[in-house]
Amino acid sequence: MVNYFKLIVLGLITLFAMMAANFARDLAYMVHAWIIMAVSFGLFIWTLRGMGQTTVHPQDEYMDGVVRYGVVATAFWGVVGFLVGVVIAFQLAFPVLNFEWAQGFANFGRLRPLHTSAVIFAFGGNALLATSFYVVQRTSAARLWGGNLAWFVFWGYQLFIVLAATGYLLGGTQSKEYAEPEWYVDLWLTVVWVAYLAVFLGTIIKRKEPHIYVANWFYLSFIVTVAMLHVVNNLTIPVSIWGSKSVIVWAGVQDAMVQWWYGHNAVGFFLTAGFLGMMYYFIPKQAERPVFSYKLSIIHFWALIFLYIWAGPHHLHYTALPDWASTLGMVFSIILWMPSWGGMINGLMTLSGAWDKLRTDPVIRMMVISVGFYGMSTFEGPMMSIRAVNSLSHYTDWTIGHVHSGALGWNGMITFGALYFLTPVLWKRERLYSLQLVSWHFWLATIGIVLYAASMWVTGIMEGLMWREVDANGFLVNSFADTVAAKFPMYVVRGLGGVMFLAGALIMCYNLWMTVRKSPAKEASLSVAVPAE
Amino acid sequence: METYSFLREFADSWMLLFLFVFFLGIVAWVFRPGSTKEYHDTADIPFRHDDKPATDKEARP
Repeated sequence: MVNYFKLIVLGLITLFAMMAANFARDLAYMVHAWIIMAVSFGLFIWTLRGMGQTTVHPQDEYMDGVVRYGVVATAFWGVVGFLVGVVIAFQLAFPVLNFEWAQGFANFGRLRPLHTSAVIFAFGGNALLATSFYVVQRTSAARLWGGNLAWFVFWGYQLFIVLAATGYLLGGTQSKEYAEPEWYVDLWLTVVWVAYLAVFLGTIIKRKEPHIYVANWFYLSFIVTVAMLHVVNNLTIPVSIWGSKSVIVWAGVQDAMVQWWYGHNAVGFFLTAGFLGMMYYFIPKQAERPVFSYKLSIIHFWALIFLYIWAGPHHLHYTALPDWASTLGMVFSIILWMPSWGGMINGLMTLSGAWDKLRTDPVIRMMVISVGFYGMSTFEGPMMSIRAVNSLSHYTDWTIGHVHSGALGWNGMITFGALYFLTPVLWKRERLYSLQLVSWHFWLATIGIVLYAASMWVTGIMEGLMWREVDANGFLVNSFADTVAAKFPMYVVRGLGGVMFLAGALIMCYNLWMTVRKSPAKEASLSVAVPAE
Repeated sequence: METYSFLREFADSWMLLFLFVFFLGIVAWVFRPGSTKEYHDTADIPFRHDDKPATDKEARP
């Protein structure tokens, strides 16, 4: 019965997408209509062929298939995102790489949102999906709620990524930082996200443990808050249902404030709260000892979510935003030091009594350095939010360096650690293929980040100082092009740091692939785990 | 009073007080008597049920 309903809906979507492709007012919209048409028609055929079949969801087994897909997707999108990052880093150093024949598709302006979204939402998002599905099952001692809904969330999210990425290249963007996708892509993400919330919450509700483990609190706050942020920041009215352009309901400084309320909390809840959920599960697991202080973890959680939501205005110092608002954002950013460092200490001290593992286990080393980078970037961030510091750092490469020490160091490294933990477990292998390769990855990534962050500090502070330098008569000394020329050596170093980070990620992919192919299996084969029913 | 002024004044007085007291309440709750023993058990959750979900018999109230 459900399948008949599905067929009708998929058929209608296919028909609508055909009309959309026909009436399309712009290229991005037309290509998206073709993609949606192909996907829904493919699903129509697939549903038709599967009529009468039912999938079984044995409640005495975990649903790990979707987590395995998530691990593969994380590694894949990670490499894509890092590669695009390396390309645009060299485009900035050598503008000739903005090829004439690729103008309007592969120049810096088009590739840059592709890089940020690929790394944050595709790499980071898939890592969060996969690990949250894994962690919520283990810590609730229950199978994922909702049967195949988790598969819908996974594939729906991949469709969102493809639509967003192709849109950027074709010029379909609403030009809001980290919220570039156009209105119909936003609507689709909302549907997927509600399903994600349902699966996660449903699993927590049917849990067999009396308590909700702290990692799930962090994951849940991430899911709920991102839903709220996404909806409010994308309240737009389409110009036409046959075109990708839309107009936001907020105007002027309100729009700017909503955007950075969204933007900073995307960092706070997507890249921090969600990844702290990973930290609170995978570090104890890899260190084989419970978290240092569970009390501290609860205070960490509440302090973090109470404070983060107010920090956004620090992106709008010296703008039309009222002074009280930007002071408020600055003060809350500085108070955020406390929970951030409380959480960092909690993660690091989990290793107390097991510090020797740092020498023998490169995976735990990766997790520890990730928490170290978390501490470093959550120190740097509040400092940069102070108005006087911000007057120097804003609009310079210092900001870019800060973002990357957080994203590559904290988010990247904890995700690599989680992937190294998950792959042998999910594919039922005894161990990783090679710990030596993990060490290579660790050092390549770490040195890459150090090169990246150090060169961005130097170039950022240098250009900030050059912009404000005035001579005895009060005239500006440097033109903008002077600062660009002075930055060249640092841009090359940054690009090389990126190459090292990318090389590390490729080594990881090889290692994970060989773990699945070559490592001794724990059981004869995967299918052994599935009872023959 | 216009909506903006009302919301602003409410936000930086009563709402601020409410959130702050709520937070202090959480801190007090975390350090309630008997919490150490309970949290010791909670912190061990990741080390149970690695391979398959708990059966109804294993489930704890």
